[in-house]
Amino acid sequence: MNSLKTMPHPKANTPQRLRHGSHLPVGAPRRRNRRRLQLTRWIGLGVFGFWILVALFGPLLAPHPMGAFVSDQMFGGISAAYPLGTDYMGRDMLSRILTGARYTVGLALVAACLSSLIGAGFGMLSVLLPKWLEESVRRVFDTLISIPSKMMALVMVSAFGASIPLLITATVLSYAPGAFRIAHSLATNLATMEYVQVAHTRGEGRLYIAAREIFPNMIQSVLTDMGMRFVFIVLLLSGMSFLGLGVQPPAADLGSLVRENIGGLSQGAIAVIAPALAIGTLTIGANLLIDSLSTSRATQKE
Amino acid sequence: MQGESLIVRDLEIVATPDGGEERSIVSRIGFSLEPGEVLALIGESGSGKTTIALAMLGYARRGCRIAGGSVRLGETEVLSLSPVATRALRGHRVAYIAQSAAAAFNPSRSLMDQVIEAALLHKVMDRRTARDKAIGLFRDLALPDPEHIGERYPHQVSGGQLQRVMAAMALLTDPALVILDEPTTALDVTTQVEVLLAFKRVMRERGTTAIYVSHDLTVVAQMADQVLVLNGGCEQEQGRIEEILERPRHAYTRSLLAATRPPRLADSMPAAAGQPLLEVERLDVGYGKPNRDGEPSAMVLRGIDLTLHAGRSIGVIGESGSGKSTLARAVAGLIAPCHGSVQFDGTPLSPTLRGRTPDQFRRIQMAFQSADNALNPAHSVRRLLGRPLETYFHLDRAERRRRIDELMALVKLPTGLLDRKPGELSGGQKQRVNLARCLAAKPDLILCDEVTSALDTVVGAAILELLAELRQELGVAYLFISHDISTVRALCDDVMVLYHGECVEFGSCEAVLEAPRHDYTRKLIGSVPELRPGWLENRTLALAEAPA
Repeated sequence: MNSLKTMPHPKANTPQRLRHGSHLPVGAPRRRNRRRLQLTRWIGLGVFGFWILVALFGPLLAPHPMGAFVSDQMFGGISAAYPLGTDYMGRDMLSRILTGARYTVGLALVAACLSSLIGAGFGMLSVLLPKWLEESVRRVFDTLISIPSKMMALVMVSAFGASIPLLITATVLSYAPGAFRIAHSLATNLATMEYVQVAHTRGEGRLYIAAREIFPNMIQSVLTDMGMRFVFIVLLLSGMSFLGLGVQPPAADLGSLVRENIGGLSQGAIAVIAPALAIGTLTIGANLLIDSLSTSRATQKE
Repeated sequence: MQGESLIVRDLEIVATPDGGEERSIVSRIGFSLEPGEVLALIGESGSGKTTIALAMLGYARRGCRIAGGSVRLGETEVLSLSPVATRALRGHRVAYIAQSAAAAFNPSRSLMDQVIEAALLHKVMDRRTARDKAIGLFRDLALPDPEHIGERYPHQVSGGQLQRVMAAMALLTDPALVILDEPTTALDVTTQVEVLLAFKRVMRERGTTAIYVSHDLTVVAQMADQVLVLNGGCEQEQGRIEEILERPRHAYTRSLLAATRPPRLADSMPAAAGQPLLEVERLDVGYGKPNRDGEPSAMVLRGIDLTLHAGRSIGVIGESGSGKSTLARAVAGLIAPCHGSVQFDGTPLSPTLRGRTPDQFRRIQMAFQSADNALNPAHSVRRLLGRPLETYFHLDRAERRRRIDELMALVKLPTGLLDRKPGELSGGQKQRVNLARCLAAKPDLILCDEVTSALDTVVGAAILELLAELRQELGVAYLFISHDISTVRALCDDVMVLYHGECVEFGSCEAVLEAPRHDYTRKLIGSVPELRPGWLENRTLALAEAPA
């Protein structure tokens, strides 16, 4: 008995190894991958959701009014009374961020939605228009796309002065053409699909074909694109504010908060770090969310 | 010369769908091949053919796992090799020929670079030897201009040639085992015969052991020594090809055999007199910008005449690029002809969609080849069927529901499928929904563009049967486009043979197919493989003896 156990038959090894399966050259199961995907989605959703809530309710939660001078100390550090310190004029940083986030998130959201709506709408419809009209629409958007976005915003602000409607117009003008190009190329591919031709031979109108046959098949990509545009717009608006051409005092968005407190950078003041971090988390959160949404769509398709 | 024996025992493969439990997709498969033998794996799509074939490479697709069993090639146990050793095996001792050569080649590199790539990677020979050997293989595979064809790019050769180049790529390293995954399914019948012949000769000369994956029994009959019939990942029947063809034991094998040659399904309608339903006169169609004479740069159809009476069906056959689909699209109004006229029920049809009346839209329906593309993936079946009822008949909700149920019964689908999206239906179900949508319009004419060619033999035969029944019950006329003569023979009264955009023969189905007058028709009919081993060789002999 014993000798049998200590000296296994040499050939007995192979089937055992096979049963373990560890040596089989096979693809790893999907499971682990999926769990990580879920995780990034929850993180993205959590961070982005947090900022949406701040934008909605932040001003109500702020302990002090935005413009109130509450402390004698400039660039005060973290304390119980002022959890995020005080700014260069001794105002409560937490209140200012809670209030300022509304401008950044709100402006960027409105601008992103408008860009996608205009871009995708034209992109989709232009496919169904007569050739010459489609070409002219495309050329108009191509012209817009050739102007650098920051340049266009700067020129518009210096010409007409900074105001919120103008900021939105400037960002939409710079970001709608990109949305148009993406939507247009998606729609061009979809318009040659046989189900669209079936709709044509049924005598359906252009609007029905665009809205019911083409649009449902591109909505996912358009949404992903809109999410990306939101991130770009946050950065553009913050950049504008940093240059002093965005939201004007006494109101302030996250970008202008960084700018006003830039003097505290040498002291490592929390007043300049906090709004910068806020911009960072907002864009990263949005990015994670978009990523997980678009990947989950890709796996669904398989 | 270099084929090795292959013994497979108890092969088990499992798949893990997203968020689901592991389930078995291939179970207890075993077979053994002597060196130089060819085994055919046959079954409909989803039966695990390709999965088994890929397991011979020690490969499982994403989400799948080889759970057990053994694959012994010569002296090597393939499944227990380390990843490095498996990589050395692939493309060297085991080679794979994929279904679509067009998708398998990199369009930006020359053919020769890709053919010799595997040999260079595995360092079995240097570049010069590899090139010389590849040229030799090109010659053996009967490729034109074997010396220089390697300098071309994939888009510069035809589909059949590309498939043969891929065979050269696979055979270059003198593999012990070659896996052919439906290598001729995407080809025309006439091309298929040439490719099969080339494959067979080269494999015979080299004594290659091979696994041939196919759903076409007639092709398998030419290529294989042994057959393994699969259904749902399980073996149904296994044996020598002659045995399976002559004495199929299993019911599934019998249904496969029966589906290969559908019987005549429709009684020939008496040639109706009076007003023809569709009258096409001297139709010229082309694509591209018109030149000075008003003709498009690429003419596809020239001088087509056609008369179709109500309730009859005309088959249009020809190889790809012969203009079959263009004819249907011109009748449907999707492309404007440059000359000629189309009359429908006595009134001229507008060449484009714009000038057609809603009633004409309703009475002419087009069923596209691939139901995958013809059904909007975002719409449910209920919506797909409901929309034509809405646009043509303006039915209210209750009426629509009743009519949708009727339509589903007509195409023999359970009403439980109504809320599914096309992605959740099988290929056959999708094609039935596609037909139901055409029928929703109560049409007089359905333009069927290769409706069965994307389907498996058994499923395709069922669709053909359905078409024949519908014709009997509803009296619709078909313009039935196909490259498969047997389907046309089963369904149509008249047949039109298209060759390079011209009608080379037109007449009643029996007359044309039994006694073809034109050379091309003869070639087309002679290229359809017959369900007996040795047909391929005999055919070549017969062709060689026939006076040129």
